[in-house]
Amino acid sequence: MIAADPVLLGPSVNWFALSPLLILLGAAVVLLVVGALMPRRPPHVYALFTVAAGLATMIVCFFLWDNITDGGASTLVGGALRFDVFTMFITITIAASLVLVALSTDDYLRREGLEGPEVYALYLLASIGGVIMGSANDLIVLFLGLEILSISFYVMSASHRKRIESQESGIKYFILGGFSSAFFLYGIAMVYGTAGSTNFSKIVASFNAIVPAQRHDAFILAGVALLIVGLGFKVAAVPFHFWTPDVYQGAPTPVTSFMGSVGKVAAFGAMLRVLIYALPHWSDDYRPIVWTLAVLTVVVGSTMAVVQTNVKRMLAFSSVSHAGFILIGVEAAAHRAGQPDLGDGIPSALLYMLLYSVLVVGSFAVVTMVSRTGDNATDLSSFRGLGKSHPFLAFGMTVLLLAQAGVPLTSGFVAKFGVLQAAVEEHSYAIAIIGMVASVIAAFLYLRIMVSMWITEPETGDADREAVRVPLWTGVAVALAVGFTLLVGFYPGWLIDAAKAAVITK
Amino acid sequence: MTSFPILTLLVLVPAAGALAVAAFSTRRPEWTKLLALLSSVFTGALSVWLVVAFDKSNADFQFVSKHLWIKPWGISWHLGVDGISLFLLLLTGVLFPIVIAGTDPHQNHRRYLAWMLLLEAGLMGSFVSLDLFLFFVFFEIVLVPMYFLIAGWGYEGRVYAATKFFLFTMTGSAFMLVGVIATAFLAKGRGPLTFDLIELAKADFATSTGRWLFFAFAVAFAVKVPIFPLHTWLPDAHTQAPTGGSVILAGVMLKLGTYGLLRFGVFLFPEAARWSRSLWLTLAVIGIIYGAIAATMQKDLKRLVAYSSVAHLGFIVLGIFAMTSQSMTGGVMQNINHGVSTGALFLLVGMIYDRRHTRQIADLKGLQKVAPIFAGVFMVVMLSSIGVPGLNGFIGEYLVLIGSFLTARWWTVVAATGVILAALYLLWAYQRVFHGEPDDANRTFPELKLREAAVLLPLVGVIVFTGVYPKPMLDRIEPSVKRLIEHVTEKTNYVEPQPVAVAP
Repeated sequence: MIAADPVLLGPSVNWFALSPLLILLGAAVVLLVVGALMPRRPPHVYALFTVAAGLATMIVCFFLWDNITDGGASTLVGGALRFDVFTMFITITIAASLVLVALSTDDYLRREGLEGPEVYALYLLASIGGVIMGSANDLIVLFLGLEILSISFYVMSASHRKRIESQESGIKYFILGGFSSAFFLYGIAMVYGTAGSTNFSKIVASFNAIVPAQRHDAFILAGVALLIVGLGFKVAAVPFHFWTPDVYQGAPTPVTSFMGSVGKVAAFGAMLRVLIYALPHWSDDYRPIVWTLAVLTVVVGSTMAVVQTNVKRMLAFSSVSHAGFILIGVEAAAHRAGQPDLGDGIPSALLYMLLYSVLVVGSFAVVTMVSRTGDNATDLSSFRGLGKSHPFLAFGMTVLLLAQAGVPLTSGFVAKFGVLQAAVEEHSYAIAIIGMVASVIAAFLYLRIMVSMWITEPETGDADREAVRVPLWTGVAVALAVGFTLLVGFYPGWLIDAAKAAVITK
Repeated sequence: MTSFPILTLLVLVPAAGALAVAAFSTRRPEWTKLLALLSSVFTGALSVWLVVAFDKSNADFQFVSKHLWIKPWGISWHLGVDGISLFLLLLTGVLFPIVIAGTDPHQNHRRYLAWMLLLEAGLMGSFVSLDLFLFFVFFEIVLVPMYFLIAGWGYEGRVYAATKFFLFTMTGSAFMLVGVIATAFLAKGRGPLTFDLIELAKADFATSTGRWLFFAFAVAFAVKVPIFPLHTWLPDAHTQAPTGGSVILAGVMLKLGTYGLLRFGVFLFPEAARWSRSLWLTLAVIGIIYGAIAATMQKDLKRLVAYSSVAHLGFIVLGIFAMTSQSMTGGVMQNINHGVSTGALFLLVGMIYDRRHTRQIADLKGLQKVAPIFAGVFMVVMLSSIGVPGLNGFIGEYLVLIGSFLTARWWTVVAATGVILAALYLLWAYQRVFHGEPDDANRTFPELKLREAAVLLPLVGVIVFTGVYPKPMLDRIEPSVKRLIEHVTEKTNYVEPQPVAVAP
């Protein structure tokens, strides 16, 4: 047989459709090679190169988006990746976060004496992993993306060579992340065992043809459960969130913001792909699990956030609680899984991810500046007096915090409103009310940071602290985040439409 | 009527003023103040013009402007005013210039004034919104400036009080937000999604659904009013807020609650409002009596006035849920009157604090001897708050009581004793503070200054004018209230009882 067919025919490849991945990959390779072979460049060259790559990815995505709107969605590379608006939305979100994070990293690295292209290369690689996770049409491909993302994260977390906490967080993340990958892989094996394929389209087709009889579906249910555990770890859903505060606190602050934005977007993209697109037949079985996860996540995340005294840990727990809100959107989407009209669940979750990513990058950029040399001044008291010494910075942080609390005329309110609306549309009133009450608990946390910035009286010794410096590019990143937050707060219509387009499949 | 977008301007002028003040140089505080004063006076002038141009024979919404805002969610910038909201706008428009001219923050004028103007924009917006989403946006946004005003410029326990205020109100709003969305989706049927109040009021909800939704809204408004037992944030917030903050909080912001109950609670869910009226009437009466007793016990003058607000607002809630046109008109009147007299009381208490740096009743004595004009003004304002005939406080409470007597007799009987209690706590406080021989600390109590008199004069003028000649106000309020009751009648089998004349 082999002799009779000597030519190996690979799948046909639509190279232009793959260009977002190719740009990111090319940029990563160039950075690594140039960084290894050439003498050291002025450090901001690396940052600007990364920003350029991110912007180029976004621009290409806009063209591709148009192509999809005109020509319809398809799959790429022999059914390995999906080429639809959903993919584009995720890619743009990741690229935008990448740009903002890269802007705020340069000054950080210089302050800490860690200049070099490595972190940027890791950002780019992690972004590739994230894009693959959000566009995968095959569980194995998705797993590859997950691993690319995770391994980059493990290294990035430990990348501050002078801080022992950074090393600690890298190891913690690595061990726990390894566990969760194993769960996920086991889940893939079980789904494969039942459906006979790891390809989403084939999984759906196979369950369309035969649905395992009741009482004989333990295998697939176990598979779904294990997949949820693996994804739940990545999105930091309670009870799989225990790594979050430690890793967020220990990792270099720009890396933390990258994890909070790109990491979360990728993981939720993967979760929606797996649950809604690959396993719609089991939505009645996993929906209660998602419901429970969502409720636990918002409540525990908000409550734990309130009792912290370290701002990075506060924001870590607040990111847990925001993950709970996105899970509310996922739960709403699960009501419609497999139906022709996918409803508002997926768009609301996508919108939340995008808006939250910008908020989290902006807030952590402020924390990056306040943490001062050594990256250790992240206690609540380090923010004391910021309103007097840096009113604009404090104002920006206030806007970002109010947005996270869900105050109207900021993007955070639009995000919350979208998710609640999706939940209410599916008659999930209880989850909507629990979510809102939890968000009030979380509001207390944001108020604490604001009080520290604006109101708490200075104490003796404050004057001896290192002054907070606001470097240009980090300042630009914060300004962009704040501007976006307010813009979307006032004019959200265009973004809502864009997110809604993500579920329209022609 | 006219296409001039006056309501939009009512919101945008103070908002623009806030931005301008915030962007202004810090070096010339007096110019900042002038700028803030100008924009608030201009807003006030607009609100006066609105009252003049208001067509009193028309019970419907006037000066309506409607523009699509967030298309995918069917949300529009829909503004309009009727008799229920008209005077609240005037009250807001008048109180803000007074507060800005009459009170001085102890630090950072610029930020204080910017927050004040932003607060005004938010309040104006809340009173003119005819879109549930838009209303929610304004209703929630006013928390932010108020939070910063209390926390930044308040007294000793300001952070605690501000946080409590923020979290209490936000908890209420959390339920309302779910309620707003659920209302829109349940009313949607096959049509497009809309948050428009007028469209939604046409919808018929299943009985139990309507009740759930009503309670989701009512919780938010009950916190804001505040209705007993959700009032515990109020004494703290009022006492700790700076004078200007207290005036606005008591004068205008609490009215968001009663206004919301009328505009959204009763209008959207008449059946549920009728069904649960005993609950609200009971809580209102408890609030009247409890607030009065608590006020009697206070040692702190500002806290006393704060608790008196709980009692006064109880009358408004009683009037709303007694649901006769007299009681409701009285409730709307009382909204305004309470705003004027309590606002003035807080200003006076603030002046006492500025002079003596204490609010403790026990520290004050015999002020009447050293500052007779000050005492006289305090007396007039206090009598208006008690509800003495001939002053504005009487009209509202009297209408509420006679209107409620038809439909809620025993509640009204108990509530009427609240009037007596009000006389008790206010007169007793007056007696302790102003009568007697001043001791050493109080002997140098300065008399009313010209600026203070100029600030108080308009309020005293309104108190007397409304008390003597309330007709212009009643004429404009009543048609809209009647229309609201007709709407209730349409939706439920409620028939408003008419007073029967007894033969002499």
